[in-house]
Amino acid sequence: MDAITALIVDDSSVMRKIVERSLRQAGIDLSQILEAGNGAEALSILAEHRVDLILCDINMPVMDGLEFIKRLPGVTNAKNVPVVMITTEGSEAHVVQALSCGARGYIRKPFTAEQVKEHVIPVLGVKA
Amino acid sequence: MKTSSATPATDSHEQWVPLLEVAAREVFELMLGGHLTAHTPSTGEPLNITSMVGLAGQLCGVMSICCSRKSATIMASKMLGVEADKIRAELADAMGEICNMVAGNFKNKISGLSDGCMLSVPTVITGSDYDLHSPADSETLELKLLFENMPLVISLAIHG
Repeated sequence: MDAITALIVDDSSVMRKIVERSLRQAGIDLSQILEAGNGAEALSILAEHRVDLILCDINMPVMDGLEFIKRLPGVTNAKNVPVVMITTEGSEAHVVQALSCGARGYIRKPFTAEQVKEHVIPVLGVKA
Repeated sequence: MKTSSATPATDSHEQWVPLLEVAAREVFELMLGGHLTAHTPSTGEPLNITSMVGLAGQLCGVMSICCSRKSATIMASKMLGVEADKIRAELADAMGEICNMVAGNFKNKISGLSDGCMLSVPTVITGSDYDLHSPADSETLELKLLFENMPLVISLAIHG
């Protein structure tokens, strides 16, 4: 698998670092990590950067993760890019809503690097 | 921190205490690689860092985690995998995220709450000389534990 560019969207900078570390521990070769503190910042980044993977929290100020992924179909740089949610919101309703909005995976916090691997590796190899 | 207008937990919510403890232990074990142990009375450093997350919906209240700055620094250090003396602004962020994960993990363990209860973004307070006022009919579930032999208080104030 080639090195990828990942966009991590979470209002916690600590959590963004943990997610990055988990991706590396999962054996994913990262050429670049882009970070956003909310959905609006992530859309601004996607206006200028093509990415291979998006990992996204749900509860964030300004624009939450569900609103963000609803807008992705209109973003050229996000076409066919797999999105995996990483969130404390663990309800079936949230999972169904996220998947119906286009998310390809759903990881509940707290999580292990092994869980990140299980959810991310499969979606990286398959185009939407 | 002092609290007022809170009453001891009633039987209806007392059963949540073990779930709250399991939720906290899971967060500390998975995200910090550390264990929470039973509390023993100590006269350590003041508990002057408090992180809080609001709950709204079927359950209204506030989840809080209170500990010393030294303890919070070690938590952030373990979360990030960096030396404790490198921790600066990350301390508050880490404490907020720990509280957020404990609150989320807790509500996901209670039937009906996962869907019906929303969490706020976290707030972190530095200092211990403040009072927390809750509605008169609130009750508080409280867990006193040790992390790295330093005291940690996890509270869930339930409103209404």
